[in-house]
Parts: sequence; structure tokens; C-alpha cells
Amino acid sequence: METRIERVLLQLIAPVVAIFFAALLAAAILHFTGADAGSVLGEVVAFGTTPASLVAVVNKATTFYLAGIAGAIGFRMLLFNIGIDGQYRLAVFFAAVVGASVSLPPVLHVTLIILVAMAVGAGWAALAGYIKVKRGVSEVISTIMLNAVATGIIAYLLAPGRLAERAAGSNNIRTTPIPPSGWFPGFDVGGKEVFGFTLVAVALGIAFWILLNRTRFGFELRASGLSLRAAAVSGVNSKRMIFVTMVMSGAMAGLVGIPQLLGSSHQYGLDFPAGFGFTGLAIAILGRNHPLGVAFGALLWAWLERSSQILDLLGVSREIVTIMQATIVLSVVVAYEVVRRVNVRRQQKLVGRSEHAGIENGATA
Amino acid sequence: MRVLLALLLLSAVADIANTPDLLSRGAVSASLRFAVPIVLAGLGGLWAERCGVINIGLEGMMIIGTWMGAWAGFQWSPWVGVLAAIAGGAVFGAFHALMTVSFGVDQAVSGIAINVAALGLGRFLSSIFFEGQPGGGISQSPHVGQIANVSVPGLAEVLEPIASLETPVLSDIAEIVIGVTTGVSLLTLLAAALVFLSWWVLFRTSFGLRLRACGDNPAAADSLGVNPNRMRYAALTVSGALAGLGGAFLVTVASSIYREGQVAGRGFIGLATVIFGNWMPGRLTIGALLFGFTDALRTRQETTMTALLIVGAVVFAFLTVRAVRARNRGATFTYAIAAVGLGWWFLGFGVVPSEFVGFAPHLTTLLVLSLAHQRIRPPQGIGVPYRRSEAN
Repeated sequence: METRIERVLLQLIAPVVAIFFAALLAAAILHFTGADAGSVLGEVVAFGTTPASLVAVVNKATTFYLAGIAGAIGFRMLLFNIGIDGQYRLAVFFAAVVGASVSLPPVLHVTLIILVAMAVGAGWAALAGYIKVKRGVSEVISTIMLNAVATGIIAYLLAPGRLAERAAGSNNIRTTPIPPSGWFPGFDVGGKEVFGFTLVAVALGIAFWILLNRTRFGFELRASGLSLRAAAVSGVNSKRMIFVTMVMSGAMAGLVGIPQLLGSSHQYGLDFPAGFGFTGLAIAILGRNHPLGVAFGALLWAWLERSSQILDLLGVSREIVTIMQATIVLSVVVAYEVVRRVNVRRQQKLVGRSEHAGIENGATA
Repeated sequence: MRVLLALLLLSAVADIANTPDLLSRGAVSASLRFAVPIVLAGLGGLWAERCGVINIGLEGMMIIGTWMGAWAGFQWSPWVGVLAAIAGGAVFGAFHALMTVSFGVDQAVSGIAINVAALGLGRFLSSIFFEGQPGGGISQSPHVGQIANVSVPGLAEVLEPIASLETPVLSDIAEIVIGVTTGVSLLTLLAAALVFLSWWVLFRTSFGLRLRACGDNPAAADSLGVNPNRMRYAALTVSGALAGLGGAFLVTVASSIYREGQVAGRGFIGLATVIFGNWMPGRLTIGALLFGFTDALRTRQETTMTALLIVGAVVFAFLTVRAVRARNRGATFTYAIAAVGLGWWFLGFGVVPSEFVGFAPHLTTLLVLSLAHQRIRPPQGIGVPYRRSEAN
């Protein structure tokens, strides 16, 4: 029998190998383009470990973490929520609009904004969930389409005279800023501010773990994710599970833009960061849908993105980091698969050996 | 028959809404130009899905196609660029096969990773190869030559008098014929040939039958001596090559430059046309032409868009009648709402914001998917990984 430590180690091999492989590939590319890989790496690490960088990494990782958890919720049920991108943009847009149009006491105000974001994200995802359950339409296709629709809706509403205005002295078009009562206070670390919402994200991660491992719903979710048919036989309403999971994933996706909105931007504009959907899925894959793994993945992603900023100054295009990220995702999945196959073969051998031993014992007895 | 009806409808609408641009030769040839990359992406999706693999990486493969097309195109000639784009797309298609077939990676995961990597790769390679070239930079390439256009000689001169007659349907037909016979790119002709070729190979050859068998039931195909893994490698390589060609079209025909973000979701729309076309090349092409038409209109007069509202209302009214006959209550209801809504919109506002036209194809796909469900027949084994003997 394998011990618990052995199991954890087997799980860790894959990401370590993947990251190492991606780094090796990046070094090879750097070498071919004539850069000195060693000195570039040194500069990147030096830049990535300055206090300012670390705070930025934590802030960015908070956003990535929420996206990762949103992806992980879906993955646990074998659902591919490609719609995280559309869900969070629509959610944060409406949250910004609602947040700016009301005046409430501080805590209530923030709560309202968060609830609006979750509701919009959940509602948008529910569309995909509904047609999946009722019509059997793959959520992969429907969420890709819904992303495009969300983009169009925001483009329409985010115009002067509709729900937005032109920012004074710049080309940015944005919603009205949210008054300070709707800000989420951060905390000071070495002169830089860490998003206060980071703590909420950590709490959400713990809640996700408890939900998954300590509740009946979580058990049914994991069971359905392992085998939809087996779970259905034991009395799980798989259609309901699919719908609820999609809605939960959407609600979490709705929060993705919230740390940025409540902690720093306080408005939604053309310059609001976008494109976290795929990042979230990639991080969920890297972290094997486990809250801790996702946290690690989010930090790694955020660190890579932050550190890449120095690359342009070194005369290397920072897109090498994007290539590295894609490589990490693919190689980690391949590595997991290889580990799984090796494991299966090992166990088969063990079983074979013990059966063999059993026969010999029988013969001698 | 249906084509004629559609033509009558459009012709009448162009008259009523007073938008002669709706069926002008300019609009027709622009639609064609916008439709070809979507057709090629759609064919790429078709080849992959008929063999049981969803190719979400089409978008990325098109990006690779645009980059390769520009890179080879500006140094040598546009045709070399086209070949390079096909090769680049094919390599990434084969890579998708390597990941999904040999390494058992989830098809969507591999596709997404390819899209992300292509985006980064395009920018990264541009910083090395395009920066410092005349007109080139990190987000665009130097000028690339264009593929030659051809026309049917003499036809335009013959049809010109009819087109300028301004008799309702006849002139429109003349305009359309002029639109599709003059100044047509050789790549457009190639794409048309590829639609036919895809149909022929997939549905009229034993190779195609085997390929489709692997998409419907790989285990059964395997038991009859067809190697599904090898088939999927072949199908995905073709799929990538087609997507790459679509990218080349964007660089050498639709424009004469590689620009970042040029593909703009056409790979995803290509995926949508596969569903729209019920996994058949001909219908897929009609879907792509429709998408190309809306794309082309968006870049033209705003009033033209308004005319589409009537078209939409009539089409939905027609669908409502059909749904009533098929006793599909849910569809009847939805179609009727859509028809009344569009009609009301036309009478009440008469303007379509261009932002909404942008997602019209996507919304249509969603509607088709969720309403025409019973009539849709995807390959049975789609998206399911196949391992020749489990537990290896």
C-alpha cells in the first residue's frame, strides 16, 4: 500500500517537472535569440522579489485565484466554463454601475456591490447551464458564444450617454466612480497596499474546500465528476447538479473583477483588465482543482506576469512568458497523465505479483 | 427555390428600407471576402469534429497562419506565404493530435493552450522578425503582396446595362453575379474548391468513411481494422492546415499586412458554423456566408443594418410557422417573440447599434443550438478521448 506522503509526492512530481520543462524551453528560446539566458533569469528573479513586486503579485494573484476557483468548481463536475471571461466582465461592469448609483453606509455598500457581481455572474452562467440541461448543448460552445454577446452588451452600454462617461483629460470611457463608502480598505505592507479582498478570497477558498469535502452537496459533486452515471444510479439528480454547479462557478466568476474594482479602480472603464477567463482555467488545471493547488498556481502565474515586465527593458519580448505559461499548462497535463499511467502499470504489476505468489503458495501447500 | 425566396426577400427589403447598398456588388464581394476565412476555419472544425476531436485551437492555428503568411509573404511572395501558413497550421494541428491522442490531454485544454501560445508566439516572433523591418513592429508585419484577383472576362460588360436598369429582382441578380465574378481572389476560388473537395473526400471516399467512423464510434472502427489514432492525426493535420490557410487569406487578400488581433474570433465563429451547418460542408458554407454578410454590413452604411431587422423578422416569422406545424411549443414561442421583437424594433427605433451586429452570429448560433436541437446530428463520439486499450 502506498502511504499518504507517497501520494502527495506523486501529485507534486507533475507540476515540478512541468515548470522545469517550461523554464528549460524558455531558456532554449532565449539562447536561440541570442540573449544570455542566465543573466536574464537573474535579472527577472531580482526584479520579481522586490517588495513592490511581491505586493503586486499578491494583488494580481487574488484575481487569478478567484478565476481559478471558478474554473475548478466547474471542472469538479466535468464542466468546462469557458465563459468565466464574459461572466466576470459583465458582473464587474454592472457592479460598478450599481455601486456608483446608490449611496449606502460603508459595509452595506460593499456588500451590495459584491452581491450584484455574484448575481450577474451567476445569471449569465445560468443561461449556459440551462441550455446544457434542457437542450444538451455543450457548455464549451455556448459559453464561447455568450462571451461574445457579453462583449457586445458591454461595448454598447459602456458609451457616453448610456451608462458611462468620458473621463476628464483622457481617452478612457468609464462608469461613474464609486464613492469611498463602496471601497474595500486594503492593508499596508511596506508602503504598498495589498487588496483587502485578498482575505475574502482566502476565506472563499476555505469555504470551497469545506463545501467539497465536508458536505453532502460536495460529495455528490465529486461523485458526479468521477462518474456521472454511477452518481445518477445512487440517486443524484445529475441535471440539477450540472445547473447548480454552473451557477456557482458563474457566481465565483462574478467576483473575479471585484478585488480590482473595490481595491483600486473604483470604476469600470475601457482600461479595466480583461481576459482572465483562460487564465482561470489554466490555473485550475495546474492546481488540480484543489484550493491549495489553485492558490499556488495563481501565485506562480501572477509572479510570472509581474516579473515579465522587466524583460522589455532587457531587450527580450515579454511574450516569452505567455509561451511559458501555455507550455506549463500542457506539460503539467501531460505529466499528470504519464504519472497516472505509470501508477496504473505499477499497481497492475503489484496485483500480478501477489496473484502469482498466491498461485505458487497454493501449489506448494 | 429557397435561394430564390431569400433573394426576393432581400430585394424587397432593399426597396422598402431604401437601402440599395444591401445587394450592391460592393456588399456582395465584401461578404465573400469576409466569409472565406470563416469557411476555411469551419472546414477545419468539420474535419476535426467528423473524426471525433473538437478543435478549439482553430483560433490559434489561424493566428499562426496569419503570422507565417506574413513572414514568408513579405520576404518571398504571397504564394510562398500561403504555403507557409498552411504548413504552420498543419504543424499546430498535428500538435493538437499529439496532445489529445497520444498524451490523453483533454481536447478543450489542449485547444485553449494552443490559442494562448499562438497569441504569445505571434507577438514574440514579431519582435524578432518584424521589428526593424520597414513598416514592421511588434504588432504588425511589413507590407505583404496580394494574391491576384481574376474576373470572368466580358460578363460585367454584358450585365452592366441590366444592373443599372433598376428593375427590382433582375438588377439585384445582375449585381450579385457581377459581385461574385469580378475581382475574385484566386484564394477564394481555392476555398470554394476546398469546400467541394472536403465534401467529396469525407462523404464519397473510403478514407472519408473511415475517418467519420472514428468520429462516431472509434472502438467499432478499431475492431474493423481502422486505426482511430492515426485517423485523428490525419484529420487534425488537415484541420490545422485549413485554419492556417484561412489565416493566410486574412493577410494576403483581406488586407496586405499581418496585424495583431486580426483573426478576431473568426476561429470560434468557424466552430459555430460547423454546428450551424449540421456537420455538413455545404450548409456550413451557407452559414459562413451569412456570417460574412453580417460582418460586411457592419463595416458599411448604418441604414443597411436596419434593413436586416426586417429580414430577421420575416425569417423568424417563417420559423414560427414551421415550429407551429412541427408542434414544437417552446420553439414557436421563442421564434414568435423574436419575430415580433425585431419587427417592433424596426418600427419603433429603426436603428441597430453596431455593437449588437457584432454578436449577431454568436447569438444566432446559440438560438439555433438551443432550438433546432432535434434536427442537429453531431458525430456520436465527439469530444470523447479514445484509448486503444485502457490501462496502459
